[in-house]
Amino acid sequence: MRITLSISAMALAAAASPAAFAADSTDPIVIPIHNWSSQIVMSNVVGQIFEAAGDHVEYVTTDSQAVYESVRMGDVTLELEVWEGAFGKSFRAALDKGGIEDVATHNAITREDWWYPLWTKEACPGLPDWHALNDCAAVFATPETGDKGRFLAGPVDWLKHDQERVDALGLNYTVVNAGSAAALWAEIAAAEKDKKPIILFNWTPNFAEAVWPGEFVNFPEWVDGCDVDPAVGPNPDATFDCGNPANGYLKIAAWDGMKDKWPAAYAILQKVSFTNAQIAQMAKLVDIDEMEPEDAAAKWLEDNADVWKPWMTN
Amino acid sequence: MTAAEFASADKSGQGYRPGMAVILLGLAVLLALLKPFLPAIALRVPDAAVLPYDHWFQALFDFIKDDLGLIRVTRTISAGLEWLLDLTANLLYGKNRWPYLGPIPWFAIMAAVAATGWVLKGWKMALLGAVTFTWVALVGQWDIAMQTMSVIAVAAPVAALLGLILGILAWKSPRFAAILTPLLAIFQTLPFFTYLLPAVIFFKVGPTAGCVATIIYAMPPMVLMTTLGLKKVRAEVVEAGKMSGSTRWQMLRHVQVPSARSEILVGVNQVIMLSLAMVVLTAFIGMPGLGAKLLSLMNSLKLGRSFEIGVTIVLIAVTMDRMSKAWVVAQPVHFERGAPWWVRRRSLLIVLGAFLGGLALAQVFPYLAEVGRGQDLSMGSQIDAVITAILSNDIVTGVTGWLRGFLVGSVLIPFRNALLWLPVITVLMVAAAAGHAVGGWRSAAIAAGFLAVVALTGWWDRAMITLYSVLSAVFIAALVGLPLGILAALRKRWSDPILIACDTAQTFPSFVYLIPAIMLFGVSDVSVIFAIFIFATVPLMRYTIEGIRAVPDEVVEAADMSGATRMQKLFKVQLPLALPTMAIGVNQAIMFAFFMVIIAAFIGTQDLGQELQKTLAGNELGKNFVLGMCVALMALAFNHILMRWSEDRRKTLGLG
Repeated sequence: MRITLSISAMALAAAASPAAFAADSTDPIVIPIHNWSSQIVMSNVVGQIFEAAGDHVEYVTTDSQAVYESVRMGDVTLELEVWEGAFGKSFRAALDKGGIEDVATHNAITREDWWYPLWTKEACPGLPDWHALNDCAAVFATPETGDKGRFLAGPVDWLKHDQERVDALGLNYTVVNAGSAAALWAEIAAAEKDKKPIILFNWTPNFAEAVWPGEFVNFPEWVDGCDVDPAVGPNPDATFDCGNPANGYLKIAAWDGMKDKWPAAYAILQKVSFTNAQIAQMAKLVDIDEMEPEDAAAKWLEDNADVWKPWMTN
Repeated sequence: MTAAEFASADKSGQGYRPGMAVILLGLAVLLALLKPFLPAIALRVPDAAVLPYDHWFQALFDFIKDDLGLIRVTRTISAGLEWLLDLTANLLYGKNRWPYLGPIPWFAIMAAVAATGWVLKGWKMALLGAVTFTWVALVGQWDIAMQTMSVIAVAAPVAALLGLILGILAWKSPRFAAILTPLLAIFQTLPFFTYLLPAVIFFKVGPTAGCVATIIYAMPPMVLMTTLGLKKVRAEVVEAGKMSGSTRWQMLRHVQVPSARSEILVGVNQVIMLSLAMVVLTAFIGMPGLGAKLLSLMNSLKLGRSFEIGVTIVLIAVTMDRMSKAWVVAQPVHFERGAPWWVRRRSLLIVLGAFLGGLALAQVFPYLAEVGRGQDLSMGSQIDAVITAILSNDIVTGVTGWLRGFLVGSVLIPFRNALLWLPVITVLMVAAAAGHAVGGWRSAAIAAGFLAVVALTGWWDRAMITLYSVLSAVFIAALVGLPLGILAALRKRWSDPILIACDTAQTFPSFVYLIPAIMLFGVSDVSVIFAIFIFATVPLMRYTIEGIRAVPDEVVEAADMSGATRMQKLFKVQLPLALPTMAIGVNQAIMFAFFMVIIAAFIGTQDLGQELQKTLAGNELGKNFVLGMCVALMALAFNHILMRWSEDRRKTLGLG
């Protein structure tokens, strides 16, 4: 039964592919998946689009930093979520070494900055203006930080400049790095019960927005050069005296051999672009509706045919 | 030997030279007191003296990889492994590869496992196997569990085989053993983050890299147990083999290896357990299945379902552990000459029959072939509610909140600051003193030398923070683990539950309790130490139980006859004799703690683990390796001192 099924599937693929996409290799396109839902669902969505175009697709779970080395070597074919903030450095390092290319940029913009769940505002009504932070420092104090407020930052490998910002803006805060996204969620979940005020690193688009409504802190707006030129920004003597860019990129990267090996799939990939709302929707299907990623992707494709069908035509 | 004689042997113990060690220790204290007058170089290695080791290692790495072409060799190996992995993947979960037969229905696999259990140890073992695999299917994790098993089914046999071969070679050639032993020690103590990038580069991200990492991690005990077993083979047995005119190969195949059967099988058991321990970590380099699912569930804070995955891993581990142990105990059956094949192959036929029966049933009832989506009995959201209720209970949070404040403010931070305050030279002196006390100048040089290398890399402060977490956690683990271990060894009633708790704590994926730990203690050192503590308590309890139980009955009886009270018996007879074994437990606990402290970087630390995590962004392989070596060297310094002490002590006590 299984055997006949898989053979007929292969026959179908064989019959369909030479006609429409003569050049695509029959080797599987390898799509890496990481450990957050939107990326897993998006990978399945794009994978199923490739399959609809007659390609073979396989998924492999990887670390989200080490993956760029694998893309460079062609072990995995592409990466669908390159966040400027979290993975920009790994991505640029890989670009410099060669073997990887910047294929497309999603319509979605990413924002990563200091954030708080809404209940925090009761204890610190001056928010979201950053000037309020120093008045409320005691509210955010923990045993580790003494009198200072605690800012719970993201993992160190996301390479943020929170400490520099604390110094540049004269904030009475200690930066404590959480080691993983899960550690951040655990802290919010624990704070939720007593509506304990908490201020931490967060980003959008992401599932937490749906579970815990909240706001970003309004820091002095990012201006180009804020990270290198002390003169830019309110503090004339320091760099990083501003918030993170509120419109970071979300890119798609691919192995530079992809366009020769799977030209048709590559042509589709160049057109792939998702919006913040679409990404949040994908995450929601798994995080809130508890679907399995493959099923969530199938459902998303079914509900949004008008979005992706045009990508399939040349 | 009587208890009194043991006591006197105790005093005249050799290999114990306190004089010089005390002088060294005194010197260390003196240097600490004189800190304000010490030259800067005695406090910390100055930045200018830190050579660019990371660049050198990076260059060396590139040279080995590209110029020597090692990557072509490893990629050929991974192609071979991939073929095997595709085979098991097709059979177990129907990956679209040759031989295009799978997936095998869950009911058939369950039936085969249960039958294996019955053959090995009767119906209780059969029930354990059946319950485990039925649970996996009904809770809706069959596919991901089989993805995991498809890799372990390749990694464990390969690790066992390689370990056996290396073990035999090390036994044959002492020179080979002299090279292999330190290499294995380094492999076992290098932090996981150091394996990650090389595994991905050399062996291709995916199941292959996961498989290789598992093999490397799981192999060392197999090597050690094989060598140990072969060394124990009695001369008469070897003599008999020679007299019957065996060739060298026949000697090995039919005489020596079978005689060392028990030890070799204990090695196999360890291989299986360590393979399962790697299930979650290898998900970072492409291992599919339970680990990968667990990580993504954690990141959307689905505690209930990740808890279920943890239960699955524990059940599978316990089943395989008990079955392989039953295999160790079962003696080979000898058949009468001329017994027909179905009698000789009885066990195999039973298992095969069960498998075919399961297969047939699955054709009739589709539910027995595959549990579809929505048909499973997962209780993820209910468990979520229970966990949340416990974690948000006012009494619980009150206690943990107080504990966090107290530990951080009054214990941990002062201890950490004290370690950071100490001049490098003092710490080196303390290490030398400890080394000298157990093994003379040679051990002193090894212990202090390892730490001196750490100082030279310029990562001293980070290393001290790592050391602080390890020492704090092992200290708390000893406070809890030793009394429980003693209790379990003395009272039969306590021993079973405590041993089951040990198995569970060892195989339950630590990631699952990291999150509740953070919810209770926040992103703080208390969470980190809590996570290490759970892991490090296990070997302390195990080896304490084993040590006390191994005290010869005659000695205990002698103590009873000379009218010792229970307390006297415990403190004067049983504990002193168990101490060498308990020291191995302490050593294991420290090794486990060094392993776990790096994993705790996922909670958030300020130590070497955090720096290691940072090197992953940007692929800084050279720096990554330097940091990894710092962790390994610290662990090896402890390892050397404790193991040396334990060996000497054993000899002194005449325990062999």
